[in-house]
Amino acid sequence: MSQPEFRTPDIGIDSVEHQARLLRLWETAPGIRGFFSSVDHKDIGIRYIVTAFVFLALGGIEALVMRLQLAGPNRSLLTPDQYNQLFSTHGMTMIFLYAAPILSGFSNYLWPLLLGSRDMAFPRLNALSYWIYLAAGLFLYAGFLTGNGPNDGWFNYVPNAARDYNPGLNQDFYALGMVLLGISTTVGAANFVVTAFRTRAPGMSINRMPIMIWGTLTASVANILVVPAVSLAFFMLWLDRQFGTQFFDPAGGGQPMMWQHLFWIFGHPWVYAIVLPAMGMVSDGLPVFCRRPLVGFSLVALSTVATMIFGFGVWVHHMFATGLPGLGLSFFSAASIAITIPSAVAVFAWLGTIWLGRPVITTAFLFFASMVLLFVIGGVSGFMTASVPVDWQLTDTYFVVAHLHYVLIGINVFPVVGATYFWFPKMTGRFMNETLGRWNFWTMFAGFNLCFLPMHLTGLLGMPRRVYTYNNYPGWGALNLLTSIGAFVFACGVLLFFINVLKSARTGALAGKNPWDAPSLEWSVPSPPPAYNFSIIPTVASRHPLWEDRLGDHGIVSSLDRGMLLDTHREALASTPLDATPDMILEMPQDSFAPVLLVLGLSVIFIGLLLKVWVAAGAGAVIVIAALISWMWPRRSLLQREPIHG
Amino acid sequence: MSVSSWGFPFGYLDSSGPRAAQIVPLTWFTLAVSVVVCIVVGVLLWHGIRRRRAAASTDMRSIPIETGGSGMRWISVGLMISAVPLATTLVWTMVTLAAVAGPPKHPGLVIDVTGRQFWWEVQYNGDQPSDGFTTANEIHIPVGVPVLVRLHGGDVIHSFWVPKLSGKTDAIPGQTNLSWMQANQPGRYMGECSEFCGFQHAHMQFEVVAESPTEFAAWRAAQLQPANSPTTPAQERGMKFVEYRCGLCHQVRGTLAGAVNAPDLTHLLSRRTLAAGTLPNNAGNLAAWIEEPQVKKPGSKMPAQLLTASQLSDTVAYLETLK
Amino acid sequence: MGELAVSEPVNLPVGPLGRHGTGWWGAVTLIVSEAALFVYLLFSYFYTAATAHAGWLLEPAPSLTRALPNTLLLLASSVAVWIGERGIIRQHRSQALLSFALALIMGAIFVYVQWLEWQTRSYGLGTSSYASLYYLTTGMHIAHVLVGLIVLAAIVMWTALGYFGPHRYIAVSSAALYWHFVNLVSVLVFAAFYLTPYLGFGR
Repeated sequence: MSQPEFRTPDIGIDSVEHQARLLRLWETAPGIRGFFSSVDHKDIGIRYIVTAFVFLALGGIEALVMRLQLAGPNRSLLTPDQYNQLFSTHGMTMIFLYAAPILSGFSNYLWPLLLGSRDMAFPRLNALSYWIYLAAGLFLYAGFLTGNGPNDGWFNYVPNAARDYNPGLNQDFYALGMVLLGISTTVGAANFVVTAFRTRAPGMSINRMPIMIWGTLTASVANILVVPAVSLAFFMLWLDRQFGTQFFDPAGGGQPMMWQHLFWIFGHPWVYAIVLPAMGMVSDGLPVFCRRPLVGFSLVALSTVATMIFGFGVWVHHMFATGLPGLGLSFFSAASIAITIPSAVAVFAWLGTIWLGRPVITTAFLFFASMVLLFVIGGVSGFMTASVPVDWQLTDTYFVVAHLHYVLIGINVFPVVGATYFWFPKMTGRFMNETLGRWNFWTMFAGFNLCFLPMHLTGLLGMPRRVYTYNNYPGWGALNLLTSIGAFVFACGVLLFFINVLKSARTGALAGKNPWDAPSLEWSVPSPPPAYNFSIIPTVASRHPLWEDRLGDHGIVSSLDRGMLLDTHREALASTPLDATPDMILEMPQDSFAPVLLVLGLSVIFIGLLLKVWVAAGAGAVIVIAALISWMWPRRSLLQREPIHG
Repeated sequence: MSVSSWGFPFGYLDSSGPRAAQIVPLTWFTLAVSVVVCIVVGVLLWHGIRRRRAAASTDMRSIPIETGGSGMRWISVGLMISAVPLATTLVWTMVTLAAVAGPPKHPGLVIDVTGRQFWWEVQYNGDQPSDGFTTANEIHIPVGVPVLVRLHGGDVIHSFWVPKLSGKTDAIPGQTNLSWMQANQPGRYMGECSEFCGFQHAHMQFEVVAESPTEFAAWRAAQLQPANSPTTPAQERGMKFVEYRCGLCHQVRGTLAGAVNAPDLTHLLSRRTLAAGTLPNNAGNLAAWIEEPQVKKPGSKMPAQLLTASQLSDTVAYLETLK
Repeated sequence: MGELAVSEPVNLPVGPLGRHGTGWWGAVTLIVSEAALFVYLLFSYFYTAATAHAGWLLEPAPSLTRALPNTLLLLASSVAVWIGERGIIRQHRSQALLSFALALIMGAIFVYVQWLEWQTRSYGLGTSSYASLYYLTTGMHIAHVLVGLIVLAAIVMWTALGYFGPHRYIAVSSAALYWHFVNLVSVLVFAAFYLTPYLGFGR
């Protein structure tokens, strides 16, 4: 097992023996053992995607029940308490348990394939981020299913979340569950950052990375910086509730506004984190169906980063009505108007790509293209609320509900569904059904707009958010009925999507390596990819390796058939951050149970904290420490210690 | 033609006071820009997809890859065009904000409003304590006079919003926020709580009644009076019952009922609605409300009263005198 | 068809070499996240103070007798860890073991003295927002120190087992980085709670 400190890796071409060697090195064990110990990014990616889609369905059902209640004035299907738990759980589910994890799932699956690498930088950490997500989701839903779901909205303002006004376990489930989920987000983000900067294929200089890498990378950097704000806020809330601290209680010198600042300092970057990767998917997928490279590639990459940087400076626009001084409001209003600019760059790039290309209308294309319109509709309603005096009338009405659903469904759900149609052949080796896909698209598109377009008017007529019922004021009943009908149509569309996925996985038409004749590296490996992704480490010479022969650059061409073999151990290649010059051979870990054990320990801690059984929390901590020490134990195989000791 | 003829009580594109009116043109402008942008993008998208689209075919390889121009002009022209409405909105926003934000230097009236779960406590104070009184859920103001509203948070965060007169301002515990409004013509203007505050956030409306200065003065003088004395035996029994029971939470000035946790009932019958807009104020609703508040407004702070029929009728008889 | 980009045969380091390796960068990103946590803690302190009434500062003239030497002790432990890391690199195992063990002891003393400091306070966790912020911030710091002590103990154990040498010691570098981070935080926490009152903050 001992290795010299330096080695010249063999360079060669592919062969059957070579692939067999790699398969032996990389394949996950079968059965239950493999299921719990796998560190393969493709397994983890699919798990994230499936779990997130389950939460999408749950959140959608919650919304449908709410829409039944709101379909007419003064209905009594739900009690106020039930409604409050439904709308809060709906928000929490969609924003935390669906929107971010689905993008983590696609990113996890695709990144090493896009980057020409064998796996993510930290495979065990990758598994950990998924298991913590699952544990947190189960923890949070245990609350909801026992009648202790979050009940103060997804942004959970104090003092309504404090114990005086919220004595049950609802807030404790939410607070502790969010702290647990924050750990998953943080370690996942760390993985993406290091992977992007250190494990790209040789020659994939930073300006050659696909936009999806830029999107998820930007989101990850942001998450590393802002998730602690919300974790701290929730932890402080839990302390206020259970230990009588005075962080937010004005009677003790606390500040209710501090909750809002801490929450939105996290919350605003978060909403960009749940759309920028999806915008990246559109930026990478749409050009394939327009048969040309993306217009303004560099600008789109830079605008992704710029949007997030601006995104750190606009959080107060969620707090315009809180009585802050005018000077501060002006700054944040100006920043919120200005942030339209980098977002608009992507829109113009997409429009230009369609106009200058030759669109091929597939279901994936329809979802990607329609997203452009939905993005703009959501964007302009955001532009309206960016103006402080206008926002003073629009905020906390259904206008904002319309805005947030256009941006979240339009810039996350539609691209995700498109991405599924696009990458499904790569993940499963089968196409999704195109006829069903058209029905899927048009039902979702019609239902979505029928549901949410009228909502702008509902808001302009003054209907406030988060009300379990309303009086029969002129227009409110009819508009709400339209919205409710649209919601059910939209849900049918989503159902068609799920049916298409399940059906096609079994009986879809077979697809080869590159069914869409797409340009990026993932389309150069078999469908589905083998456990080791690339048998030959590719050397990249442009943004579109598989289109080089057509784009006629006559410069240096990527080398996909000849390159480093790296088949003596489970190995991957590290390269420099900017130019991607190879600079290290990485020993990759074998499958491991440590992540699962660690999550079991974490779960015991959090259940102990929730029920205030401190012994259990302590026992959980011991399990966590033991699992961590075993995980971090220096291993010879990973070259973390000297080969001979003594 | 003003939009008010449509009769949308909470709509704010039709306003009745300068603080709201100055926001309306900017709102229409940004709305118009938004609609135009959406239509333009929609048309571009539609035509862009249709004009050079490939015939229906699953063989992508038959459609050649082409660069066909860098397309940078799409971005540069797009950004240049976008900059115009954005810059306009920015400047117009700052101007409007400066015009409407600051509370008036010389308000004609100052009132203190405290948001509570789930009603609005309104205090009119004067130079002396005897000039002041408290009421609930119905605010009267003189027409044409800027009114300073000092907002207090009584328990959780609520938000004070009268769409036709003014934008929203939150009532946050631990601090006093200032808002202001002015009505140009007499009328009843609906208001509602606009920050989720618990179970009955949906039923926390209030009304601002703008009237001529003389009418306002008359209303104010009437509100200052203590409660009417009972005249019939039923009312007498009712008053005793109110002092003993309702007085645990409510105040009726001039009687022994003096708690301040719930709406002041001294002039209950002068208000148009009960329970912060939940029910129109008439004898039948009053009786129903007192009997089963948790049925009409589940989660409100008034517990079920479990009265006998005679207790209920005596109480209602007395309360009906509190004009 | 253009010229093929070829990976020339090149001599590459294998695995983490010294402090160069993906694990080091992973530690850096996680430390950045923890640093952000303390930024938000200090933000909470200064924000609450700025919007508080007079007399909010329960410690307008905090005693430095325990806190200052304690902070310096922790900084000294950073020096010890640095010396220990150099001992690993130069294969002076006893220097490494002694230095890491010394740092461990100094860290433990720090925790104990901080606990004593808490005992001297006349207010508890729930007395006021100042009290809550003081205990939470210093408590979070102590929690990070305790994690650091566990990490140091593991480093001591692995050093004693002879795992590390001139090429393979990435765990030591990552642990050292974490320890230095925790100590930097102690300086900032000390400055915020113990020094800014003397500079007029909170009056």
